[in-house]
Amino acid sequence: MIATIGLFVGVIAGLLLQPSVPLWLQPYLPIAVVAALDAVFGGVRALVDGIFDDKVFFVSFIGNVLVAALIVYLGDQLGVGAQLSTGVVVVLGIRIFSNMAAIRRRLFKA
Amino acid sequence: MADKARTVSKGTVRQTNLAWRRLGRAFRLYISRAQLAGAVLLAVLGFATTAQVQSLRADDEFATADRPDLIQMLDGLQQRTRRLEAEISELEQAKAELASGADRTRTAVEQAETRARTLGILAGTLPASGPGIRLTISDSQSAVTASLILNTIEELRDAGAEAIEINDKVRVVAGSYVLDGQGGILVDGLLIPPPYTIDAIGDARTLSTAMRIPGGVVDEVAQKGGLATVLEPRSVQIDSLHRPVAPRYARPAPEKESGSNK
Repeated sequence: MIATIGLFVGVIAGLLLQPSVPLWLQPYLPIAVVAALDAVFGGVRALVDGIFDDKVFFVSFIGNVLVAALIVYLGDQLGVGAQLSTGVVVVLGIRIFSNMAAIRRRLFKA
Repeated sequence: MADKARTVSKGTVRQTNLAWRRLGRAFRLYISRAQLAGAVLLAVLGFATTAQVQSLRADDEFATADRPDLIQMLDGLQQRTRRLEAEISELEQAKAELASGADRTRTAVEQAETRARTLGILAGTLPASGPGIRLTISDSQSAVTASLILNTIEELRDAGAEAIEINDKVRVVAGSYVLDGQGGILVDGLLIPPPYTIDAIGDARTLSTAMRIPGGVVDEVAQKGGLATVLEPRSVQIDSLHRPVAPRYARPAPEKESGSNK
C-alpha cells in the first residue's frame, strides 16, 4: 500500500513541479524508466511468487536503471545509440510481458 | 481418478488464493522495509516518468514526428524561407528605390529652390542685399534725362550689377523702361523725381570704377550740370520688388531632346 502511495506521490510531484529534464539526462531517462518498469514488474512477480525480497528489488531496480543508461551511453559513443536504445526497449518490453504473463498465470492460472 | 482430479483442482485453487493473498497482503497498509523500499523506488519511477512525459509534451510535435514527416516539414520550411527571402530582397530593393527617389526629389527641390532664388533676384521678385554702390545724381536744373539714366543702368549692368534699384522705389529688371516725365523720369510707369539714387549690388570696386571712368556717368552728369556721387556702403539693401506679368506672346519653347537647358 505504501508502495502504491509512493508511486502516486511521485506522479503528483512530477505533475506539480513540472521538472525540466536536464540535457545530459535526456537520452537516458526514457530507457531508465523502461528499465525501472521492468524491475517493478519483476518485483510484482516475485511478490505473487512469495519470494519478494526488498534488497533484491532495490538492487535490481537500481541495477536495471544503471545498466540501461550505460548501454545507451555506450551506444551513443559507438554511434549506434538509437539502434541500441531500440534493442534495450525491445528486450525490456519482452521481459515485462513475460513477467506479466507469469503474474497472470499465478493469479488466474491462465 | 475423480478424487485425484479434485485434489489437483483444489491445489490450484489454493495456489491461486495464495498468490492473491500475497498480493492482498502487500496492499495492506502496514509499514515494512520492503514497503518503504517499494515506495521510494516507485516514487522515483513515477517522478521520472512524469518528467519525461512532460518534457516530451513541452517539446513540440517534432520530437515525436517520424522521419518522412520531418523531411516534409523541413522541405516546406525551406520553401517558405526561400519565398520570404525573395520577398525580403524585393522589399529591400523597393525601399532602396524609394530612398534614392526621395533623395533625388530632395536634391531636385533644393536645386529648384536655389534656382528660384537666383531667378528671383535676377527677375526682381525677391529682395536682395549685398555689397555694391549707391549712386546719387542730384539734378537741380532738370538736365538729367531718361537716356542718361538708361546709360547709367547699362553701365552698371556692364560692370556686373546683379540687382538695381532707383530711389528705393523701382526695381530695374530686364523689361524695365525709362522715359522722360514731368518733373522727373518715368521708370516702369512710375514717376521718379530727382535726385536720383541708384542702388546696385555687385562688385563695389568694379561698379564705382565704371561710374568714375573718364567719360563715364559721373563725368557725363557733371557735364550736364548735375552732381553724381558714388558711395560704397558695406551693404546695399534692395527691397523694392518687380511685379512680374505673364508674357503675352512668348511661350516656353518645347524642350529639345538633347536637354541642353538643364
